[in-house]
Amino acid sequence: MNAESKDYGKRIVGYSDEISVRPGQDISFMVSSEDNADYQASFVRIIHGDCSPDGPGLKLEKLTTKTDGRYTGQRQECLGGSFIVVPNSEAIGGLDSFTVQAMIWPTTPDKGCQSIISHWNGNKRTGFSLGIDSLGAVCLRIGDSNGKVHEVSSGKPLVAREWYFVSGTFDQKTGSATVLQEPQASFALTDDSGNNSATISGTMGDDTGPILIGASYVEKLGTRIRASEHYNGKVDGPALISGVLSRSEMERLRSRNLPDNLKRNLIAHWDFGLGIKETVVYDTSPNKLNGTLVNMPTRGMKGYNWSGKEMNWANAPGEYGAIHFHDDDVYDAGWDIDFTLTVPSDWKSGLYAAHVQVGEHNDYMPFVVRANSSATSVAKAVFLVPTASYMSYANEHLPTDAPLAQLLTGQVPVLDQEDIFLLQNRNYGGSQYDTHSDGSGVSYSSRLRPILNMRPNYQSWLGGYGSSLWQFNADTHIIDWLEAKGFECDCITDEDLHYEGVAALEGYDVLLTGSHPEYWSDPMWKGLDAFKERGGRLMYLGANGWYWNVAYHDTAPGIMEVRRGEDGIRAWAAEPGEYYNSFTGEYGGLWRRKGKPPQMMAGTGFSAQGFDISSYFRKLPDSENERATFIFEGVNDEIIGDFGLIGGGAAGLELDRADRLLGTPPNCLVLASSENHSDIYLVVCEEILINYPGITGQENELVRADMVFYETPAGGAVFSASSIAWAGSLSHNNYSNNVSQITENVLRRFLDPTLFETD
Amino acid sequence: MSLFKIDAEKHRHLADEFRKNPVGIHSPALQKILNVFRGSAMAGKYVLICVKPHQEWRLAQLGQERGDPLILKDQSFHSIEEAEWEIFKIRWQHYTGESLQ
Repeated sequence: MNAESKDYGKRIVGYSDEISVRPGQDISFMVSSEDNADYQASFVRIIHGDCSPDGPGLKLEKLTTKTDGRYTGQRQECLGGSFIVVPNSEAIGGLDSFTVQAMIWPTTPDKGCQSIISHWNGNKRTGFSLGIDSLGAVCLRIGDSNGKVHEVSSGKPLVAREWYFVSGTFDQKTGSATVLQEPQASFALTDDSGNNSATISGTMGDDTGPILIGASYVEKLGTRIRASEHYNGKVDGPALISGVLSRSEMERLRSRNLPDNLKRNLIAHWDFGLGIKETVVYDTSPNKLNGTLVNMPTRGMKGYNWSGKEMNWANAPGEYGAIHFHDDDVYDAGWDIDFTLTVPSDWKSGLYAAHVQVGEHNDYMPFVVRANSSATSVAKAVFLVPTASYMSYANEHLPTDAPLAQLLTGQVPVLDQEDIFLLQNRNYGGSQYDTHSDGSGVSYSSRLRPILNMRPNYQSWLGGYGSSLWQFNADTHIIDWLEAKGFECDCITDEDLHYEGVAALEGYDVLLTGSHPEYWSDPMWKGLDAFKERGGRLMYLGANGWYWNVAYHDTAPGIMEVRRGEDGIRAWAAEPGEYYNSFTGEYGGLWRRKGKPPQMMAGTGFSAQGFDISSYFRKLPDSENERATFIFEGVNDEIIGDFGLIGGGAAGLELDRADRLLGTPPNCLVLASSENHSDIYLVVCEEILINYPGITGQENELVRADMVFYETPAGGAVFSASSIAWAGSLSHNNYSNNVSQITENVLRRFLDPTLFETD
Repeated sequence: MSLFKIDAEKHRHLADEFRKNPVGIHSPALQKILNVFRGSAMAGKYVLICVKPHQEWRLAQLGQERGDPLILKDQSFHSIEEAEWEIFKIRWQHYTGESLQ
């Protein structure tokens, strides 16, 4: 980092262990003070995170707690890069002559030294590592007892994204070391097959550390392991056996058909097709040298033997025996706790943050406080904080990574401190919109690391002209409006809905969404469906909701998976055959491709997007329907929302439309539609079968948002604004405007327990 | 990456259109030029740094490789429109070899 660029970055960052807590519960915060400077900690309630001079301004209510104070600052490292750790055991101890082998699918063979499987001590430089050398060739490295390092390389650069059988052997008695690199596909004029041998004097140095797969060991760092030489790519069926095997014996080992006389020599033979949903990897040898995933490499990946006959790993785990490692995977940063807050009993439900400050640098670590008990809460409305969507966008890098970013927005992106920090600290991991350093898509996103674009004050390149807010900070427009209007409204998170189902909504009559609730797990969907079925009212104050299916992990908290399957607006595409979530076994991807378009939930679903300026709605004849009279009380304008902080209008960024064939109920009223969007707006790709000219905002009728209302069979109702920019118009003219009035009219009627007519 | 060829003489009037309205609905001809500018590869691509929110922005370029430090430039701006116009001029010169000054 050059000195000047550093001045624009952040010098203090942190995260919390929980995202949602109730009064009386504890929440801990982990902080890295990048210059080891002491810092001040305090807490705020977040009401409005938009600092635009054109709006109501920043509203962060300062709070006083016993936790407030000055803390000793320490820099804490985010140790990115995934691997498997297998604890040392007697079965490994005293290893002298051995064979190590695996199937590999390297993705960055030219990036420098990488370790595929190692029992290596990076400080003492002893043990062995089968890996890739600086030539991009498979290499066996032996560190002898004198600390001298010997290497034998195939000398043939690997071809990226092709399968190879690789092995290394070492015979302590003769000092003979060999390496083998066998491509599974052959290409003309491509010399990527090789073997080599060397004689090594001395004995292999002892190593009492663990075996790592996907990296090599350096040292313990508290409860964490510092590793290096991270490998990018897949590994399938790694094995370690004492003694030097012949090529034919290696083949017997690979096919798990060892002759009896060799079975007793087997030290470990891992099968990654077992326990795909778990964080444990299983050794099928009698030694049971099971390993544990660190930083969550991707499972449910096609193996070397994938036949293409089966797309679901659960039906053919033997063909999904690969794990894909990335040198920038991050799960739990695992930092030391800096301070812990017991949430005061008098804190009302809402958005809060721990605020840490050192000099001019500061960071906010947001969290949600729920009501003590939803069943007894005064509030009958609840705001569903779309934390799944925040996690998906967590630490997104598109303006600095993706050539299409400036085309999508029609603007030069503005980078905040947070973006600059993330640009140069790739070890903080990416979002599910990013690609890993090897070009493969990021399927897993964790909140157990600083998420720097989930902050009040943060402006996003995706947030349109003007305030430029997106996701978390954009949703404070809704929080602020509720506060300004004096509505009692609790907050819960997507994770609460996921883990508790409809019980999390007990006692509430109205659920308000955020501006962009895009990511939904199956339990979340079912929970909201059940809420509607019992007459609950839904106010969808955004767009592009219920789009991607996501999965939370059964045993690893705070991490979420998406598979960018065969359709939809995708920043990357999952490999064919890798569309099933590894965390749950569900078919992943778009809910629409699972037979549940968003129109089935909200009456409207994703239709178009663009990120420059917003437009307005024009009333349609359905707005005159007497069933909609309450919505337009006090609103005589034909044009709605031709103002706002997000792009200058209430219809913008992402737009949803009604479509009976996609599940919009037949009784749905389309009250108003947006029009006159710029040509930066394009129809979503799932609507395009044969591609054709004329799919942009000035020409195509699918580039529109439909504001809709419909009653549900249980006497409840749904109102959908169908535009992400809607929330940015609420505060215009001191909250006195037609967007605010419509939203208020709907919320007041939805809070009225009188059933809507259904006959 | 757009293959459209910008002709300095033929398209110069579109620069005026851009200057009057840098963000928003553009003529199809101007949009083609902007697609060239905005769709370029990442190495050296121009971005803005927020110095003071809604008040001051500074010009910068991305480095050659992903993760490289930003290259900070001297120009600062007090409106987004001013910044957009400056970057438009830089890109115009890059693609046409001619100055819009």
